[in-house]
Amino acid sequence: MGDVSVTDDDVVDADPAAVRREIVSAVLTMAVAISVIGFVFGVGVVSAGGSVVQACLMSMLVFTGASQFSAVSVVASGGTTGAALGGAMLLAARNTVYGLALSRILGPRFIGGSLPSRLVAAQITIDETTAMATAQHRVEDKRYAFWATGLALYVSWNTGGLIGALVGGAINPETYGLDVAFPAAYVAMVLPHLRHRRGLIAGVIGAVICLVLTPFTPVGVPILCAAAAILIGLPRPAAADEMPTEGMPL
Amino acid sequence: MTWTLIVWLAVGAYAFKVLGLVVIGSRPLPAPLERCLDLVPAALLCALVITNTFATGKDLVIDARLAGVVVVVVVVWRRVSFVVVVVLGAATAAILRQVT
Repeated sequence: MGDVSVTDDDVVDADPAAVRREIVSAVLTMAVAISVIGFVFGVGVVSAGGSVVQACLMSMLVFTGASQFSAVSVVASGGTTGAALGGAMLLAARNTVYGLALSRILGPRFIGGSLPSRLVAAQITIDETTAMATAQHRVEDKRYAFWATGLALYVSWNTGGLIGALVGGAINPETYGLDVAFPAAYVAMVLPHLRHRRGLIAGVIGAVICLVLTPFTPVGVPILCAAAAILIGLPRPAAADEMPTEGMPL
Repeated sequence: MTWTLIVWLAVGAYAFKVLGLVVIGSRPLPAPLERCLDLVPAALLCALVITNTFATGKDLVIDARLAGVVVVVVVVWRRVSFVVVVVLGAATAAILRQVT
């Protein structure tokens, strides 16, 4: 996704094939990281007393990693089903906001407008697909990035989970710095959104809200509350401060 | 690990996704709200960076992750490709953990 580093002037000249190659290599990079994290999740389910079938079905049906980890860690530490569900649902709630943003970014007919395909798209509406789609400049690249990321991550997350649940064993993602792969990817993908003044302000406020709330609220709440930063979009922008359309002409 | 948990979480998580992408979807909302939705990626991705960098459960921790992310911020500004960004970030944290 070298296009995160493309300036506004370069966009016109950006080679569509090169953009697609960058998307594919970014997707593959994320897929590798996700499969290892999925592996860790599979191990986690089994060591929390779950079965292989439970690990696989949970990954396939829930498919939003943070919620899954949250639920399993509560169960592993002896928490009730209600407690596990509460925290996981709080984390899952942000996917609603992503869906709202994505349906605007990808356009009303982004998957032929058919209900079944939109229902499929809903299942892959998560952090990574939103980030990848919104980081692209052209609307067709956004759609391509959304589907490519969703498909690759669905396969790698579930494959990793299956292997983890089957073979178990110890692998520590931190040894390879894989836990940093996610903030790294988000930094690269958020950059185009910070080029505009309002985007920058929203980003800073979101980060501060999250930082301040982390020690005082249940896991999941800080990220949800960070969404309040979008309220700075309410006032009509001054003429000199046009709203971003991802900062790029589409 | 109960089936109740798995089933309810699956239903709930999917309901949240469908609510945003399909139920409300792209039907027009009032202009101020649309302007707000434009800012969702900026606000939430920055929050995710903070969580992934500093949070360990409810604790804020400064560790090798921060070094990795700092390297990432620098190289992102230097306009290298995505793969290089992620690999450099991960490698920084991994090496730092080895030597400390």
